[in-house]
Amino acid sequence: MSQTVAQIIERCQMLFDDLHFTSVKEWKAAVPGRKAIGFMPVYVPREIIHAAGMLPVGIMGGGDQLEVIQGDAYYQSYICRIPRSTLELGLTGRLDCLDGMLFPSICDVIRNLSGMWQILFKDKYVRYFDVPQNYQDGVGGQYYIHEMQVLRDDIGRLAGKPITDDALRASIAVYNENRRAVQALYKYRAAKPWQAPTSEVYLVLRAGMVLPVEDYTQLVRDYIAATDAVARPMRDNARIVLTGAFCEQPPLSLIKSIEMAGCYIVDDDFMLVMRMLFDDVVETGDPLDALSKSFLHRSMQTSSKYDESKKDKGKYLLDSTKLNGGEGVIFAAPSFCDPALLERPMLQSVLNEHKIPYTAFKYAENTGQMAPIREQAGTFADSIKLWSAA
Amino acid sequence: MSTPVQMTPPQASKKPVPVAQKEDAMLLQKAMINRNYLELATAHQRGKKVAATFVPGNLNELVMCFDLARSLPETNALQNGMRKKSGKMIMDAERDGHSEDVCTYVKADLGMMLGGEVGPTGDPLPRPDLLLLSYTGCFTFMKWFELIRQKYNCETTMLHVPYQGDGKISQNMRDYVVKQIKENVIPSLERVSGVKFDIDRLRQYMKESAKAEEDLVQVLQSAKKRPSPIDGYFGAVYYIGPIFTAFRGTTEATEYYRVLRQEIEQRVREGKGPITPEGEMAEEKYRLVVEGPPNWTSFREFWKMFYDEGAVVVTSTYAKVGGVYDFGFRHDPEHPIESLAEYCLGCYTNLNLPQRIDMICKYIDEYQADGLLINSIKSCNSFSAGQLLILREVEKRTGKPAAFIESDLVDPRYFSAANIKNRLESYFQMIKQKRTAAAGAVH
Repeated sequence: MSQTVAQIIERCQMLFDDLHFTSVKEWKAAVPGRKAIGFMPVYVPREIIHAAGMLPVGIMGGGDQLEVIQGDAYYQSYICRIPRSTLELGLTGRLDCLDGMLFPSICDVIRNLSGMWQILFKDKYVRYFDVPQNYQDGVGGQYYIHEMQVLRDDIGRLAGKPITDDALRASIAVYNENRRAVQALYKYRAAKPWQAPTSEVYLVLRAGMVLPVEDYTQLVRDYIAATDAVARPMRDNARIVLTGAFCEQPPLSLIKSIEMAGCYIVDDDFMLVMRMLFDDVVETGDPLDALSKSFLHRSMQTSSKYDESKKDKGKYLLDSTKLNGGEGVIFAAPSFCDPALLERPMLQSVLNEHKIPYTAFKYAENTGQMAPIREQAGTFADSIKLWSAA
Repeated sequence: MSTPVQMTPPQASKKPVPVAQKEDAMLLQKAMINRNYLELATAHQRGKKVAATFVPGNLNELVMCFDLARSLPETNALQNGMRKKSGKMIMDAERDGHSEDVCTYVKADLGMMLGGEVGPTGDPLPRPDLLLLSYTGCFTFMKWFELIRQKYNCETTMLHVPYQGDGKISQNMRDYVVKQIKENVIPSLERVSGVKFDIDRLRQYMKESAKAEEDLVQVLQSAKKRPSPIDGYFGAVYYIGPIFTAFRGTTEATEYYRVLRQEIEQRVREGKGPITPEGEMAEEKYRLVVEGPPNWTSFREFWKMFYDEGAVVVTSTYAKVGGVYDFGFRHDPEHPIESLAEYCLGCYTNLNLPQRIDMICKYIDEYQADGLLINSIKSCNSFSAGQLLILREVEKRTGKPAAFIESDLVDPRYFSAANIKNRLESYFQMIKQKRTAAAGAVH
């Protein structure tokens, strides 16, 4: 019997709320010897972890339900919230189910957190995972392939057997399937945002951080089918693209507030790991070469990546706004997030050139007061609906 | 040997200008920096192209091979900070849409541009013909040059320097940087300058670099003596100026470091302490290691809080931000490109947290320091994120007390003199008590 939207969302909400990662523990307990590897935003090639028979687990911070006590003792007031809540998760034993942790190259804070993790969790595998900022196959590509090979060797050792090319190609195929499902979800939401509110889509996406990819792909498909089966009322909301939330996550209540204020979110940059690569990774030939080429030539623009030329700046945001029928952009960035906040004026200048309206605010993952955000988003939506040239 | 000089007068102040004492090498350094600003101001008139690049991991010797004038935006920002000009620049940039949360070096630089592109010395600063984005140890650099490019449409060349996440430089990291220098950086420099690359010219500059580096290390390590003849933080920022910026590889830098070394060796022979702006420090009461950059807007006031108490910073991590020479690295003319790669990869902020902790513990031991002081900079996540763990670990491993203060690089709004002074006084008390307790335990 197929599941209803309510049942699917209830399951996703349960996974989202569970800061003890029970589903990961259950997955590990089901077969003795299973291992799980955590990763922080924005992107790691999860295919490598999967090919070793391990579970990649996205650690997206502690949200607004976690009381941060120990984590705060490691950070000054002017540093964002995600490293302190992630440390809190670690120091309170909630991440004990992880056998390793990857820290992607996103900013100086997460970079330095990798070294802190090495000191504080000496018995775990820890790796700072660098991606190239040079996008030539023979330069950045070669470097990246080597970095992935090191990760592959390390994970293979942890698994007790090397990761074969065949296993990697099979994992690439599995993740290709997943990418298609997630893209279908985004496409569906852009077409019918009233049918797939972002407060639900977000929970579905978060489930992808903890579930095995095969189950998750099915869950995404089930959600699209279930929500499409029951018509929901369409409102005269403003269609907006939300950007800046690629690392520290906004509280769910913030997303709900934006929607309640009269906005349909038609694109966002939540959990980019699932959409970082635009299309299928080649499933034949050298798998690391295929992963590298996809990253170098067919991947998302985001603040932690270098744009090679001025004309590239804001291209994804602009294309996405046009393609998804966005009427405006909301810049929602975590406080003290250098990449997002330094990027913002450049993106805003691109939007100005194209006369696309925008508004901006900051949040923390534990922001509690939503009234100002609701008012700001509401005013923005009104300005689009009532006063835009259209 | 020291000479009294006039410090830069505070803005619109009618108070008598205090006379500051400086070593001759400090004067020489100041003259070099001022001359570089003048050269930058006239570069385009003289048909010279200008490259802008960052301090840590800069490729100065290579850039000089193409006859390019060199502008360093962090230096511009700190010079503006010392001259009390940065506060307005930062607020101008914030009014122009930049967040209050982000790096104030960036905002001071962008604010300076908004204010008509006049440099710290009052000379105009030219728009760069090339932004050489050597991306060592700080993600903000990447956004900084993207922001400048967005405004001025300058050509940009990226040199991505991977981080030492595993605490070592792998062959893959070296190869990646070398390849970028050969395949991206040098062709860009040739294209922009119209000058063909000559590797022998690079070797010649690197020979000069190595000589200067050797002398700098001797100067910095002189602080192992008691009393220390230098201040390894407040004084060292003058000593590192030429070698971290547009002068490494020049004969005048070599000469500067030769003179500096002689001066310092003379001070050692005479058993003298460091020169402070108020003269020679009489008694060395506390020996500290400092982690983190200084505050520039109240630099002299900040320094005074130390020398008034007889505190000498014997060594600092900030003095290694443009090269960790004291652990053996020298530019190598026999392997010029590989050596440039090694240099970029080895700068202090490109080291991981465990490496930074090891280095500080080693310093405390080798320089017989009483403890560690961290000046945590709001603007600089590259330095600051993780410093509280550094503090704990260093205390645990060395048994020496550590203290924590907070300020900013060039934003005067984040310098609270009273708070910092209070904390420092408490810290010095703590060191004293520890000494008394230790002495009691011995007897």
